[in-house]
Amino acid sequence: MSITAPPAPPVENAEWHRLSRRMLLIHPVTEIGRALPALAGLFIAGSSHGSPWPGLIGTAVVAALSISRWFTTRLRITPQQVQLRHGLLRRKTIATARDRIRTVDVTAHLLHRLLGLARVVVGTGSNDRRGGGRLVLDGLTLDAATRLRDDLLHRVVAEDSTIGHPAADEPSAAEDVVLARLDTRWIRYAPFTLSGVVTGLVIWGFYWRVAGEGGVDLAKVGPLRTVVQALRDMPTGQRITVVTLGLVIFVAVTSTIGYVLAFWNFRLLRHAGGTLQVTRGLITSRATSIERRRLVGATISEPLPLRAVGAARVVAVATGLRTGRGAERGGEVLLPPAPLPVSLALVQRVLDGSTAVTAPLLAHGPAARRRRLMRGVLPGALLSVVLAVVWALGGPAWLVVIGLGLMVIGLALGIDRAAALGHGRAGGYLITRGGSLVRRRSVLDEQAIIGWNLRSTFFQRRLGLASLEATTAAGRQGYHVTDVPAGEALAMVESISPDLLRPFRTAPPATSR
Amino acid sequence: MTEVQLRDPAHLVSRRARAYWLVRALPGWLVLGGVLTAVLVAADWSSAVTTGLAGTAAALALLHLLVMPQWRYRVHRWEVTDTAVYTQSGWFDQERRIAPVARVQTVDIERGPFEQLFGLANVTVTTASARGPLKIHALDRGTAEHIVAWLTDRAQATGGDGT
Repeated sequence: MSITAPPAPPVENAEWHRLSRRMLLIHPVTEIGRALPALAGLFIAGSSHGSPWPGLIGTAVVAALSISRWFTTRLRITPQQVQLRHGLLRRKTIATARDRIRTVDVTAHLLHRLLGLARVVVGTGSNDRRGGGRLVLDGLTLDAATRLRDDLLHRVVAEDSTIGHPAADEPSAAEDVVLARLDTRWIRYAPFTLSGVVTGLVIWGFYWRVAGEGGVDLAKVGPLRTVVQALRDMPTGQRITVVTLGLVIFVAVTSTIGYVLAFWNFRLLRHAGGTLQVTRGLITSRATSIERRRLVGATISEPLPLRAVGAARVVAVATGLRTGRGAERGGEVLLPPAPLPVSLALVQRVLDGSTAVTAPLLAHGPAARRRRLMRGVLPGALLSVVLAVVWALGGPAWLVVIGLGLMVIGLALGIDRAAALGHGRAGGYLITRGGSLVRRRSVLDEQAIIGWNLRSTFFQRRLGLASLEATTAAGRQGYHVTDVPAGEALAMVESISPDLLRPFRTAPPATSR
Repeated sequence: MTEVQLRDPAHLVSRRARAYWLVRALPGWLVLGGVLTAVLVAADWSSAVTTGLAGTAAALALLHLLVMPQWRYRVHRWEVTDTAVYTQSGWFDQERRIAPVARVQTVDIERGPFEQLFGLANVTVTTASARGPLKIHALDRGTAEHIVAWLTDRAQATGGDGT
């Protein structure tokens, strides 16, 4: 790959800038919103003395502090560094070397979008992993934000840089290639992401908090009361059916809403310099850019329900991106749940045409298969024995049925996991595959592998198996090849990093060099 | 395909490691024993089930305390060459880790209360991968400091950001 970017246009000069003045409107709203519980407390405490002053003064203080953030924050971009200085009493300057910058996120939540602003998060790999220390520039105009991003990532900008284009609209430069965009038919996969389960749990938690702290039993208020009463009047069988159906519909609907919120306007672009850009979001729009040299692979992730309907999502394996969970994972999604062939084709395009993702994989053999089955069945089998003893001592018989049921589910999972195990090498990439509830096929550039962990439990050693992990600075940080015959594992490590292994081999190298 | 085999890393850890592992494993078993005794005293002592339970726990504790330190001492090994760091750890479950010296980012020495009691130190070698720290447990203090000095020199010589 050749990056022949001309010197970036001089959108910066070495002066200290303030963030956009429009943030003076946003800061008070968000900060007062955040402090709302405390402020409400002040108002209530004050009203018991018949005075609104404590609450009003509190609100004024919060507003003043929030506005002071704008006055005390300054930003400077030099040819070498991005510097942010902030703090009222404790002045703090954060500086990030520009050659360490790996990703630039441009996000805009509702208030930002109303005022034409955006938040820029500059990521440098090592900082991200430790959680803090990312450089957050909250409140640039959208123009300035996109120009800054393009500039920081050395993107070739053809047009006059003083004009700029909003990121949320059509691709700005002619040389941008659209690798993928949301196909509205994909939304049919949304219910199978099960992201609505989380929403359901949040609502359930909220219900219990209201019931516990507020002392209000919502089941006795308003329309809920009618529903609860209607359920009470039904026979048990019908009640179970209705509740199950209700839950299924709820999860399907909220999952779909979640999908649309997260992935509406989804577009994956490749700029001329090779940088990938992911744009997505209905209300909060976000644009994540990943430099090509930071992208060292991709993962095809198939959670069981999605796999059942032939869909998969694609996740980037890149240094400097955090690995999140769920549909809103931290800006690393390369493709939302979409048909598997589309996902495979996308990975191929993203990795410059490498066919590694569809390369045939080596299975791990009968010993690995037996181990997967064993581990699947064993918990259910042990439980069944215990429950059978309970039954023999006079417990109910359905306990045993539950135990046997779990054993069958475990066996099915074990068979599926055994079928998933596989690894291979193709075109300079290491490919790993495994998992049942979430099956992942990962393609990782062998150059990005740092070291190796070779783990073997007592039982694995007896079977001559080992679990290999390639460690890397990107993505999930480690990629597993589970239960591979020990000799095969070492042979693969040897062929990928021969210099690393050579001093520790028992015999002198037979063929290599 | 030629059969590739790895030898063990060259160096054992400190001799005092066995006593250190023994002492470190004691508190857990003492707490368990205390809880078990309290429960058995509070409940009816003389049943066959409770006696069996207590006996099993005692046997397991004895076996663990006798076997684990010896076994661990034979497994825990380390080696640092010009190009690579190679460690082996564990006992029942074992793990070997290899990382190139050129990719080493930080080298830490850490000494908890038990380590100080026996004049030992743990060395942690990190790379740019969060999944890749190599830990060498229960080294002599002198050896640990020697390893840190050696690796720090090498890491400075290679430069780069290690990813």
